[in-house]
Amino acid sequence: MTHVALFLSFLIFGSTGGEIAITRGMKATGEPGRLRPKEMLQFLGRALCNGWFWAGVPLMALSFYALLLLLSWEPISFVIPASALSYVVGTFGAKYLLGEQISAARWAGVVLVCAGVALVALG
Amino acid sequence: MATEGRLRIKTLVMVCAMVVCANAGDLMLKRGMLQIGAVQLSESGLAHAFRMTVSSGTLWVGIIFLCGFMLSYMTVLSWADYSYVMPAGAFGYALLTFFAVIFLHEAVSPRRWVGVVLICVGVLLVGQTKPRTTVVAREALA
Repeated sequence: MTHVALFLSFLIFGSTGGEIAITRGMKATGEPGRLRPKEMLQFLGRALCNGWFWAGVPLMALSFYALLLLLSWEPISFVIPASALSYVVGTFGAKYLLGEQISAARWAGVVLVCAGVALVALG
Repeated sequence: MATEGRLRIKTLVMVCAMVVCANAGDLMLKRGMLQIGAVQLSESGLAHAFRMTVSSGTLWVGIIFLCGFMLSYMTVLSWADYSYVMPAGAFGYALLTFFAVIFLHEAVSPRRWVGVVLICVGVLLVGQTKPRTTVVAREALA
């Protein structure tokens, strides 16, 4: 049971940590001037030169590997609902690491989405 | 305010692109792998599976959709909050349930419908908050 809890935390913290690092990288990159092929290629080039982007990729790979291992030990009806906690962890990360302002409505929405994803995954 | 309205519209368009590309990509991968069949975990089985996967048009279409997802995800995060995009992206779970009912005529349990309703209400609540609450770099606009 300890190893399930350990890999579940790798899954949740790895995926949210990776996404937060990528968000930081994309914020530093800046938005594309226009959504046209030339501007999008320049935007992609700038993003791929950002260290935060590359910090996020291995964290997401780690979380994917943890997901595969968990699915080999536990039923999907446990793994996906449990991993829905990443919506709440991600919102805390957005508040404290990215400095986003989380209003009461956003918190309520996140909690509802988290519960909804868990119920959908339970089938 | 016009700027805020424009920001909200382009964020919603990009989140929709993200959800559609992710779900279409997953469905194409599933369909492609079903065409290939169960992979045998032997040297010849893996070599055969590799040849089949690189020559499968369905899998390549799936990969293009997933690249589209990654590009739209990166683009929307360059201006919108992570805490806005992440829950809004969960709308894909609800969309998949609707598709399963409409196109595949699957039976959906009451518990799953409750989950779909919670996701839709949650996404609506998040959707009416400000898409951006932080300062964003604007090198590309200069």
